[in-house]
Amino acid sequence: MLNKYPLWKNFIIVFVLVFGTIYAAPNLYPDDYAVQVSGASTTTAVDQALLNRVERALDKAKIETFGSEVTPKNLLVRVGSSKDQLTAKAVVNKALGDDYVTALNLAPTTPEWLVSMGAGPMKLGLDLRGGVHFLMEVDMAAAVKQRLEVYVSEIKAQLRAEKLRYRGVNSKADGSLSVKFRTEEGRDSAHTLLRREYPEFLLTDEDAADQFLLGVSLTDTRIREIEDYAIKQNLTTIRNRVNELGVAEPLVQRQGRNRIVIQLPGVQDTAAAKRILGKTANLEFRLEAKTDAARSSTEAFEFREPGRPDATIEKDIIITGSSVSNAQANYDENGMPQVSITLDTKGGKMMNRITRNAIKRRMAVLFIEHKSRTRYVMEEGVEVEKRIPYVEKRIISLATIQSALGNSFRITGLDGVGESSELALLLRAGALAAPIYFVEERTVGPSLGQQNIDLGVTSVQIGFAMVLLFMVVFYKVFGLVANVALALNLAILVAVMSMLSATLTLPGIAGIVLTVGMAVDANVLIFSRIKEELKNGMPPQSAIHAGYERAFSTILDANITTLVVALILFAVGTGPVKGFAVTLSIGILTSMFTAIMVTRSLVNLIYGGRAVKKLSIGWEV
Amino acid sequence: MSDTVKIIDFMGLRKIAAVVSFVFIVISAGSLAFNSLQFGLDFTGGALIEVEYSEAQPLNEIRATLEGASYEDVVVQTFGSPTAILVRLAQDHTSTLGDEVLATLRAGTDQSIELMRSEFVGAQVGDELREQGGLGMLLALGVVMLYVAMRFQIKFSVGAVVALAHDVIIVLGIFSLLKLDFDLTVLAAVLAVIGYSLNDTIVVCDRIRENFRKVRKGTSVEIINLSLTQTLGRTLVTSLTTLLVLLALFFFGGEMIHGFATALMIGVLVGTYSSVYVASNVLVLMNITREDLLPPVKEEVVEGDEMP
Repeated sequence: MLNKYPLWKNFIIVFVLVFGTIYAAPNLYPDDYAVQVSGASTTTAVDQALLNRVERALDKAKIETFGSEVTPKNLLVRVGSSKDQLTAKAVVNKALGDDYVTALNLAPTTPEWLVSMGAGPMKLGLDLRGGVHFLMEVDMAAAVKQRLEVYVSEIKAQLRAEKLRYRGVNSKADGSLSVKFRTEEGRDSAHTLLRREYPEFLLTDEDAADQFLLGVSLTDTRIREIEDYAIKQNLTTIRNRVNELGVAEPLVQRQGRNRIVIQLPGVQDTAAAKRILGKTANLEFRLEAKTDAARSSTEAFEFREPGRPDATIEKDIIITGSSVSNAQANYDENGMPQVSITLDTKGGKMMNRITRNAIKRRMAVLFIEHKSRTRYVMEEGVEVEKRIPYVEKRIISLATIQSALGNSFRITGLDGVGESSELALLLRAGALAAPIYFVEERTVGPSLGQQNIDLGVTSVQIGFAMVLLFMVVFYKVFGLVANVALALNLAILVAVMSMLSATLTLPGIAGIVLTVGMAVDANVLIFSRIKEELKNGMPPQSAIHAGYERAFSTILDANITTLVVALILFAVGTGPVKGFAVTLSIGILTSMFTAIMVTRSLVNLIYGGRAVKKLSIGWEV
Repeated sequence: MSDTVKIIDFMGLRKIAAVVSFVFIVISAGSLAFNSLQFGLDFTGGALIEVEYSEAQPLNEIRATLEGASYEDVVVQTFGSPTAILVRLAQDHTSTLGDEVLATLRAGTDQSIELMRSEFVGAQVGDELREQGGLGMLLALGVVMLYVAMRFQIKFSVGAVVALAHDVIIVLGIFSLLKLDFDLTVLAAVLAVIGYSLNDTIVVCDRIRENFRKVRKGTSVEIINLSLTQTLGRTLVTSLTTLLVLLALFFFGGEMIHGFATALMIGVLVGTYSSVYVASNVLVLMNITREDLLPPVKEEVVEGDEMP
């Protein structure tokens, strides 16, 4: 029969409808203000006892709390207002001391039954939530240059070992090296040697007036490796720093070839954030003190892991982290975990000079970090939050020197893969890192965030209302059908955004508003087609059928091309452009479903399968 | 098709429309060449801070405060309301600038000042964003051209792309003429204009193709007129609903979304005009004929053996 939808199609529609409503629902519950507490290091326990301490402290400060949660990593205490939240943070911070990190957060209030189905609200972007966005750039030229310095010493050592006489190794401005030889034979044998030993070199022979030059530059693959290493090293360092800042949901991510994005929701003090992010750790390699050494020339430090005895080491430093150019966790010949360390020329020389007289003694690696902790001090009668800097030093490795060490050596005898990778990570964190700069910074104050949300919601509501009104006036019953579809479209769009945990931004809201305006287009196309067929004398039922049928390919073409544009926007865009592209693409897909399937099903329910003389589709155009 | 439909002779005005479009494009291109666009912070690099004073403050006092602290090239303007103040500084400054400016402003008044946002964009990032934006635009045009050529026919694809380029140039031209700020959100809007205008053009082209295949009588111009008349109602209604929501964004969406709404409103108006006049005009110019659109004849091979 004409204009009857099969049961399964109606079933799909009802299914999507229910699905959409459920997953969109969490967004209706406003977030609670909350204070989040987590351990300063991974070993610090976060448990019920800690929660009790926090609650007692807050109770004393007369701050009401509710709905507290304890998860393995952190605990969350909800409070009534943003003012309470700030006070509560200070109170908790003071009560718990430096072993814990306290951060402001927003806690979702999704009801239990929705959570159990995996539903949750959309994430809000920084422009809606307030916070800082940083873009940092790693100086790749410097990273490559640092690495070349190491190669210079390696090349020299290789040539000396093979008894090949050279006159000098120069590094040139374009990031390549040039080795000078007196004779052509010397150059040729060096060429052969280096080609065998270093597949990552590109070698070229050049002849100058009275000398023979060998040009050495790095392959693109090797340069990319160095860049990747530089980025990863900085990522690790920054992640550690961010943890110190105490941010509830930080984002630290590589962007493109040489950039790192850092997003810190809720952070307002950009100066402090930048100071902390910009800091690096350092290393010191020192010998363990002899038992008869004078007290004044030694220092005692605790070992990295609790339980191991403290070590007494000499005050003299062999080398610092700035001489370490690489540290990698890998395996020795017997498949045991080890850490390989590479030093630069100067570091290698120093290391060799000291260690050849210290075989069978132990060498300690000291990890030095400039940290800061929050203190509350009275200033002009007001209690203010202050960050007090301090230096933390601890031993991360203590190993016996088996032979004279040089440019590269290994630390073996580690307990397992966990220990080797942890040690390599710390060594890299303290090693010389490629310089990094702030290239972009955006701060959004919390009141602007709230203002943006309010404005966005208002404009969606007003735009939505105007379109609904227009459609009903213009298309009567059919307009009503389109409106139901439009409302559903909005719900499904929000549901999909929530499920993908896509981030909603202000331009994203603009995308939603635009989708509302454009989503009715499909219906307008269909309805115009139906009107046209009616005008041509087609009976109502066939007109409905023909209208949907003929409009379909047009709708498909129009939407696919728009989707293509939206996807390109997503691919090449950054920041606001991306947020807009996300909602626009999802909106196009959901609107195709609602504007075609849902309206058809409703129209069929209203008119289908019975004799109809006249359709309520508005006046003729 | 029914004879009762009154066909509007759109193409009768096609020469006038061509002249109008041409003049608009020349003016836009001229303004873009001589005035350029008033690029926002996203593209130029530099620093910007927005603060909210508790009471309205004379702009020249704020300017004097900043100049007194030896900041040069300072632009101070209100942002949406008289208490919201936007300060822009040229790019050769450090990234701690935002905090320093805020401190200077706080020292210069006894009112309370709240930081709304502060932004710093390095010059190089600005250049890259501009490059990416231009690249995105070209890529979008290219892919659209390819899709339309595949789905329709090469002449349609030329028509669609000319219409899109027409819209983009005029929107950019108006932004340049009125000296409106061109930032990343406006760029998003311009790309959305491409999507929107394309949507319109495709609908018209679709109908032209259908009518060329269905209507056996009449010249190309007559068929195009018929198609434009048939789709006119839809074109207007969709433009109207889109304009309605854009008006809501323009008036209630706040200052940060203003440029976005403006660009799209101009784009929708120009796009509506271009889908009627530009794309079809190009089709007429390129001498579109029925033969261009007949589906390719499928050659069939019939097996010689008959079923027993």
